[in-house]
Amino acid sequence: MNDMTPTREQREAALEGMGCKRKRVEDVRFTQGKGQYVDDLKLPGMVFGDFVRSPYPHAKITKIDATEALKIPGVIAVLTAEDLKGVNLAWMPTLAGDVQMVLADGKVLYQNQEVAFVVAEDRYIADDAIQLVEVEYEELPVLVDPFKSMEPDAPVLRPDLEGKTEGAHGPRKHHNHIFNWEVGDKDETAKAFAEADVTINEMISYHRTHPSPLETCQCVASMDKVKGELTVWGTFQAPHVIRTVASLLSTIPEHKIHVIAPDIGGGFGNKVGAYPGYICSIVASIVTGVPVKWVEDRMENLSTTSFARDYHMTTEIAAKSDGTVTGLKVHVLADHGGFDACADPSKWPAGFFNIVTGSYDFPAAHLSVDGVYTNKAPGGVAYRCSFRVTEAAYCIERAMDVLAQKLGMDPADLRMKNFVKADQFPYQSALGWEYDSGDYHTAMQKAMDTIGYRELRAEQKAKQEAFKRGETREIMGIGVSFFTEIVGAGPSKNCDILGVAMFDSAEIRVHPTGSVISRMGTKSQGQGHETTWAQIIATEIGIPAADIMVEEGNTDTAPYGLGTYGSRSTPVAGAAIALAARKIRNKAQMIAAHMLEVSEYDLEWDIDGFQVKGNPEARKSMKEIAWAAYHAPPPNMEPGLEAVSYYDPPNMTYPFGAYFCVMDIDVDTGVATTRRFYALDDCGTRINPMIIEGQVHGGLTEAFAIAMGQEIRYDETGNVLGASFMDFFIPTAVETPHWETDHTVTPSPHHPIGAKGVGESPNVGGVPAFSNAVNDAFQFLGSTHIQMPHDSWRIWKAAKDLGAHG
Amino acid sequence: MIPGEFTYHRPSSVAEAVAILVSHGDEARPLSGGHSLIPMMKLRMAAPEHLVDLGGIADLKGISEDGGTITIGCMTTQHELIGSDLLADKLPIVRETSLLIADPQIRYMGTLGGNVANGDPGNDMPGLMQCLNATYVLTGPDGDRDVAARDFYEAAYFTALAPEEILTAVKIPVPPAGHGYAYEKLKRKVGDYATAAAAVVLTMNGGTVSSCSVALTNVADTPLYAADASTILTGSTLDDATVKNAVAAAEAITDPASDGRGPAEYRTKMAGIMMQRALARAAERASA
Repeated sequence: MNDMTPTREQREAALEGMGCKRKRVEDVRFTQGKGQYVDDLKLPGMVFGDFVRSPYPHAKITKIDATEALKIPGVIAVLTAEDLKGVNLAWMPTLAGDVQMVLADGKVLYQNQEVAFVVAEDRYIADDAIQLVEVEYEELPVLVDPFKSMEPDAPVLRPDLEGKTEGAHGPRKHHNHIFNWEVGDKDETAKAFAEADVTINEMISYHRTHPSPLETCQCVASMDKVKGELTVWGTFQAPHVIRTVASLLSTIPEHKIHVIAPDIGGGFGNKVGAYPGYICSIVASIVTGVPVKWVEDRMENLSTTSFARDYHMTTEIAAKSDGTVTGLKVHVLADHGGFDACADPSKWPAGFFNIVTGSYDFPAAHLSVDGVYTNKAPGGVAYRCSFRVTEAAYCIERAMDVLAQKLGMDPADLRMKNFVKADQFPYQSALGWEYDSGDYHTAMQKAMDTIGYRELRAEQKAKQEAFKRGETREIMGIGVSFFTEIVGAGPSKNCDILGVAMFDSAEIRVHPTGSVISRMGTKSQGQGHETTWAQIIATEIGIPAADIMVEEGNTDTAPYGLGTYGSRSTPVAGAAIALAARKIRNKAQMIAAHMLEVSEYDLEWDIDGFQVKGNPEARKSMKEIAWAAYHAPPPNMEPGLEAVSYYDPPNMTYPFGAYFCVMDIDVDTGVATTRRFYALDDCGTRINPMIIEGQVHGGLTEAFAIAMGQEIRYDETGNVLGASFMDFFIPTAVETPHWETDHTVTPSPHHPIGAKGVGESPNVGGVPAFSNAVNDAFQFLGSTHIQMPHDSWRIWKAAKDLGAHG
Repeated sequence: MIPGEFTYHRPSSVAEAVAILVSHGDEARPLSGGHSLIPMMKLRMAAPEHLVDLGGIADLKGISEDGGTITIGCMTTQHELIGSDLLADKLPIVRETSLLIADPQIRYMGTLGGNVANGDPGNDMPGLMQCLNATYVLTGPDGDRDVAARDFYEAAYFTALAPEEILTAVKIPVPPAGHGYAYEKLKRKVGDYATAAAAVVLTMNGGTVSSCSVALTNVADTPLYAADASTILTGSTLDDATVKNAVAAAEAITDPASDGRGPAEYRTKMAGIMMQRALARAAERASA
């Protein structure tokens, strides 16, 4: 040892492993405009596709005439459903077991639906041609209100399903009914209500919104007719699944399809499903033999590809007079639009909405969900949340506040009283989940102490008195939210997509010089996998993260995986990475033993290499071992140092958190100002605290947007309103509140590194915190529930209806 | 979101620009900052065959004062309005309003002329110009003519401007030194048009309003000069009853659309609230 020998701390720091606030390596290219997105791709001979879309929300199509459009020089083809029928692609299966038109087949079911696909030499010509495609429509009665969808004389939206009394998820009870999904014990729950001291019943709506990533959906399809191979570059959160689906639909063998997801500019669930644009581009490339690019514009993105939420949740809680909850009953009316294109695991028509018991120990619960068709765009994706978990968290967190109000209890105290206790984990919920771990009381108490909860309540009370005396026109709300998520789909026993189990994978290859290439079945859309995956590997095999290259998205080179959404990357692929790394470390141990001429059992791992127990001077670093693996492996051992792992998780993970929002509301204008927002997250083991903080900031900003105004609205005749950033609320830095973040750490007991996933927690927990703050502010004026979104005019209207304008 | 085909012109003089407009009539549109016209073209709601970019005409820029009138060239950007010492000194409400228009990137491109000439009821400057009793200089084949801002607007996107004319300058009478002013704008977020906005300029004399001018933005299909409200307030001490009357008079002339910003009822009420708040701030700023 001399002064130049690094200390253990220095060696540890050099790895930039788990727990390190490592800077995001991908940002070097993103911040310099050097990312490579789909629309950056330019191939020789590439042409462009664009859609003729329906101005009507519900209409028969009696004629499509492309004669004039085809006369424009540079227009190559105009595809309609009739053309797609030739290749059996006029309709496509959805992930939810329904079928969906690729191009309008005889009718349209929502405004802006895809009617024809124009292929032209450039985008300008394509758009000119769109104006000249003549489509004759015969308008049909429009169904907008989901509550009217199952009335006897409601318009028939889906004649293709006529006479079908069985859907993908059981019996259909009306021509606009998609499914009913029931979970829980109805009789036990009824008994709890019969014996309750106090009950509440509130219809809580979570409005329709949209994930609206910065980059819209897009693809380039290129068919090589000579080789019979299809390459598709696209905005795919799950590229491997897209390849499998493309193969099944096109009958091109899977090995002759190359699906590549390059850099993606945000997904938030918008880029999980398959869209008509992808299918039409592929067909157009097969027809023309040249590459075809399709790029959605903003209005197309907002109005057609994948809305989120639109759940109307009638929620009842039974409780004892001391506040102990005894039963939960929820009925959801789920508005799915014209097709059921929800991106849930196949067996879960309402996703994991049965996490709706939340963080509370409900002895009995019953849930029933009815999905219905309306004349709106399809979707129902998990917008920065696990499947329908945001809806469930909003439902229970709002309802607990309503119960607290009825009991005259403080909402934080009511939660504390009913939390699942730390010693109850693993906890079996009344609706069928096994919560892996949690310590809710500790998290809640830390949050309350940090924000000064009791003092805020005192201040609020004083303000309410001042308001009543006419001394101020401002009121104050304190939003309490304690959420439990269910993420990491998922165990093969209950999660698959079109039959493919929802495992994930990692492949790690150590080069002779000790640097690494690693590939995963996931696909980052901004989550920072290139940074964090390398950190897991760095800690596990002692090679600096800076020497580890992470690659995702190329289905030819990456191992098969189910992709990135539902906060599944860390719980599933993160585990696969750790296990693949451990295989490498095991082999490295044998090589080191050979090099040091000791038994492998005499070695111990120390940060970045193996050392002889009791003689740390006798050690081999991973770098030395890597060289030996290729140069002089032990006799009878295969050379090389690489491993693959496919991980089927034994359970989901259950991140949780305590969020508090303090809001001041100007009663006269309805303008709400967030004074403070405190978010405590427990995502188990923290891989990169800086990335976690960034994720929380981003998710909270989305939650703020959704709760306070972000909405896809339809008028009563089915026109989609606000499908542009003029009306669709994307907060800027000016509107966005300041975020205070905090954490506790309760590692997942079944995950190799104890991590649970965090990207979606802030959206899940944030929305109820904001909405509860608004609702809390108006409670003292006699309000129990004000529906979201809480934009200024709606808050003003609530104030007016409560008589607050004098 | 792709415009149809058009021919782009970039004349270097007003005469040349007018000549192009004359030769193409309705098929030509002048282009200033482009923040309204270009999105409309991308949506193909506007499809001019000839676009006459005024950006190459040096004469159309600049701010000057002459005999109690400030003249602002139509191609002067909002960014330049904000940076003008002359306006900060003599017409600070122009700076205050400009700062509430969209964001810095838009203000680098957006011009006063484009903002007032387009006839979009969402724009902030038309209401302000009515409040300030400004005059627009319209230049056509027969030379210049003056039209008062209060007479210029006919309906949404319909104004006194003829197809072959260009709104070349805005002339604003300088209010007396010591005047009070405020522009209050309620909006959903940065970059949005007003849910409702109000401009107030007044002078005070010993606690009494000696002159007052109120105008409203985006609560009808044109900007609104609130003449009755202005009259009611003039001569008052801004006591609660008078302010209430004036607010009621202003609300009475509104006829807003119901849209994503809120239903008409809300926007009317917000016009009243904005006016009330602008009045209070203007009075506070005015020298007694």
